[in-house]
Amino acid sequence: MATLAKEAADAAKAEGEAPWRRLVNDFCRSPLAVFGLVVFLIVVLVAVFASQISPQNPYDLNQLDIMDSRQPPGERSADGYVFWLGSDGQGRDMLSAIFYGLRISLAVGVSSAVIALALGTTIGLMAAYFGGRVDTLLMRAVDIKLSFPSILIALIIVAVLGSGVWKIVLALVVVQWALYARTVRGSALVERRKEYVEAARCLALSHSRIVFRHILPNCLPPLIVVGTVQVANSIALEATLSFLGIGLPITEPSLGLLIANGFEYMLSGQYWISVFPGVALLITIVSINLVGDQLRDILNPRLQK
Amino acid sequence: MTEPTLSVTDLRTWFDTRVGMLKAVDGVSFAVDKGRILGLVGESGSGKSVTGFSIMGLVDPPGRIAGGSIRFNGRELVGLPDEEMRALRGSRIAMIFQDPMMTLNPVLRVETQMTEAIFAHEKVTEAEAKRRARDALGQVGIPSPEERLKAYPHQFSGGMRQRVAIAIALLNKPDLIIADEPTTALDVTIQGQILYEVQKLCRQTGTALIWITHDLSVVASLADEICVMYAGRMVEQGSVDDVLDRPMHHYTLGLIGSVPSRHRKGQPLVQIPGVMPSLLKLPGGCSFRLRCTRADAACTEEPPETSPAPGRKLRCFHPATAVPA
Amino acid sequence: MTVFILRRLMQSFVVLFIMSLLVFVGVYAIGDPVEIFISPEADQIERERAIAALGLDKPLWAQYVYFLQGALSGDLGRSFRFSIPALELIMQRLPATLELTVAAMILSLAIGLPAGIYAGFRPESRLSKVIMAGSIFGFSLPSFWVGLMLILVFAVELGWLPSTGRGEVGTILGVTTSFATVSGIQHLILPALNLSFFNMALITRLTRAGVRENMLMDYVKYARAKGLGMRRVMFVHVFKNILIPIVTVVGIQMGQVLAFAVVTEQIFAWPGMGKLIIDSISNLDRPVIVAYLLVVVIMFIVINLVVDVLYSVLDPRVRLQDMKG
Ligand SMILES: Nc1ncnc2c1ncn2[C@@H]1O[C@H](COP(=O)(O)OP(=O)(O)OP(=O)(O)O)[C@@H](O)[C@H]1O
Ligand code: SF4
Ligand SMILES: [Mg+2]
Repeated sequence: MATLAKEAADAAKAEGEAPWRRLVNDFCRSPLAVFGLVVFLIVVLVAVFASQISPQNPYDLNQLDIMDSRQPPGERSADGYVFWLGSDGQGRDMLSAIFYGLRISLAVGVSSAVIALALGTTIGLMAAYFGGRVDTLLMRAVDIKLSFPSILIALIIVAVLGSGVWKIVLALVVVQWALYARTVRGSALVERRKEYVEAARCLALSHSRIVFRHILPNCLPPLIVVGTVQVANSIALEATLSFLGIGLPITEPSLGLLIANGFEYMLSGQYWISVFPGVALLITIVSINLVGDQLRDILNPRLQK
Repeated sequence: MTEPTLSVTDLRTWFDTRVGMLKAVDGVSFAVDKGRILGLVGESGSGKSVTGFSIMGLVDPPGRIAGGSIRFNGRELVGLPDEEMRALRGSRIAMIFQDPMMTLNPVLRVETQMTEAIFAHEKVTEAEAKRRARDALGQVGIPSPEERLKAYPHQFSGGMRQRVAIAIALLNKPDLIIADEPTTALDVTIQGQILYEVQKLCRQTGTALIWITHDLSVVASLADEICVMYAGRMVEQGSVDDVLDRPMHHYTLGLIGSVPSRHRKGQPLVQIPGVMPSLLKLPGGCSFRLRCTRADAACTEEPPETSPAPGRKLRCFHPATAVPA
Repeated sequence: MTVFILRRLMQSFVVLFIMSLLVFVGVYAIGDPVEIFISPEADQIERERAIAALGLDKPLWAQYVYFLQGALSGDLGRSFRFSIPALELIMQRLPATLELTVAAMILSLAIGLPAGIYAGFRPESRLSKVIMAGSIFGFSLPSFWVGLMLILVFAVELGWLPSTGRGEVGTILGVTTSFATVSGIQHLILPALNLSFFNMALITRLTRAGVRENMLMDYVKYARAKGLGMRRVMFVHVFKNILIPIVTVVGIQMGQVLAFAVVTEQIFAWPGMGKLIIDSISNLDRPVIVAYLLVVVIMFIVINLVVDVLYSVLDPRVRLQDMKG
């Protein structure tokens, strides 16, 4: 009896401290994923400190000189500094524009993913916890939502509401919530049947306490995976909308808008105005996906090959 | 003396798995004559199915035939080119698989799955192939075969599917049929019917039959010869009456003791103690020795294949029944 | 079967009803219908006349009835910009979009299926690894970026293919299409390739997974035991099984592709309804937007219905269940 108790305590202790370290170890097993993470962190740093590290403020019209327009990479500006990635049609330094654009793209992508996560999680938990008609109704909504392509839904919202930063965030949230809801509901249903939830119910703990303290933590792994990938997806979708000219306004030029601005010049061979912002976008998306892939592998043993 | 339809000599089929070399079949020899039935018995995991697949040339990677010989109608099958082996499969050697639910393709009509087995080997007209398929279904006792041809596998019961599998095996009038526990999924009456029909067919057509099972009573009523396998090895072989009346290997003895029988009514059933060890962790020497009551120091050596009596084969140092003079 | 289709049809109407309600709420309750349906250039008298005609002075439920009546009779207002009925405008642009969508779908199947079959059949080969790596790109690269790169490489740098607009169209079997002329096909290649990219990756991965999974099934081994060649096993037995999930996905993706044509049409200046909707959003040509949404939703529902029916035709198990249930 005593040994049993001791073993249980040991196991609990081992579980208590090991998971994080084990996760980190597992994660580091893939050099590609570590590389992705490092790249992503750099991207984030660049975005956060964009105004400090950019050679010029690309939106201060006083700093722009039309004589500098469409300079190829490596050319010097009239003020004497180098356009490492060339300049655009208004003589804007592409490198600076990309740093600023990155900041906007990331902010929109991450904030919409976080809001959608909160919303979707709440809905998914409600569906799983209450079951019955609530569940049917909510999941019907999820199914219908998921059967429509994200771009179409975003179009509908933009068409009805018009564009603007918060409207785009709203569109991205509407596009994403259902996936979170379904993910959470799936794992919450599994958790709900487990004994500890029964036990918690017997102790007459409140609904919200059971849900948020007991069920939610166990739904986290799949949520983290979905969340990571969704950040990449919403950045891509925002870029697409902005590229189409129905996304962020010209006053908040994200990477998508930069690419769109360069599009007309690309046909005449001035590739850099479009291509470099595109490369920045790709680096961001691919690095997040690399991290997401590895997270999926280590957090979900069933998916392991 | 004519050559047997099939003779397997010292067959070894090994799986090179990540955790080690798994010797699923490791030294099995037997022969089947025209029109005769061989019962291949042994408990689950003893390598019966793998033996069957080895003969068919259908061992899945990472498995391979690591040694021994399989002669069929005087022809060596081990190392036969793929195309020649394919031409034999389903036409000269047919196999009925263990699980009737999983073997028929769920999305193809029974007709397609039957006629394709004919077209794979013969150039015949559509109508001729269909006629033969219908006849074969009738032969195994499926009512209104014409309609059933149009059906999909899930529209058949388990017993019916097994009959379809048997009918497919009969389609090209093979010289050898390997039946892998084809009746275990069926209830006793149907099992009896099928056994009776199969036996009749073999006698009539001269087809040799290997009947794989772990059910000794089936072997007793059906087979002419019996080959007992344990952990990948042939441990005892001989005519059914001989072996069942006078078992020499302690494993065979145990098997017989664990079958309820009218003659030994009232006596307790004997269980073989322990379980078959993992094929990756076999004890050295006789692989049965950890469960054998007669095991002694000698048994840590590998028992050689001996022939204690005409028509009998054995791998045991201390035969349970005295060798008849 | 009829019952089944009828039931699905009922479901479709329910979804359609819900969607019309959503569009209505979006346009009338959240947005301002006066602004949406009445040209900003209209003067006060015109405005009032239009408000009365649209029933905007009536309660909300009555407005919904008007809206439905209009939608059902095909009257969704006039385009502010083109001064023709919005629905007519959409219908003019629809063929170009459908052509692009179908071409993209064919392309992704024509490349994705063989690539997936190969990668599933020989998972260890180097070509398979290249295919799988390529499919990851297909997933993560944003579609508009791929389009830009296609233009940069094939139109700007190499100058092989045109990058804007639809080429000359001709008629085949009474259908006006780009496939009829060389210039039409040339203009179609890059946009179709762009639009197919994501799907190609998806189909490749799906096919590969299906092949790998099915190759391990007993029915494959059994088909081989009948003497069938690898070709028939792969292209009849395995293929028919993986076809079921693929058809489902192709159906679902049909809608996705149709929606994503918006992006491709914008990049390649393809005169379809996707480009129309973007232009209309930019120009606040709202009747066109509403008409577009309704048309697309209806197309979606039709596609889903067709997929469901096809699915049941392909999988005999589903068909039977539904006939029973
Ligand atoms: N593809 C494979 N890879 C690895 N090991 C295998 C493979 N196929 C069979 N084996 C192993 O070979 C051994 C013999 O299997 P086999 O199917 O021949 O047993 P069996 O006698 O037919 O048993 P049962 O009565 O349960 O059908 C088993 O231990 C099995 O795990
Ligand atoms: S060889 Fe020895 S251990 Fe093996 S069966 Fe015979 S007596 Fe038993
Ligand atoms: Mg078996």
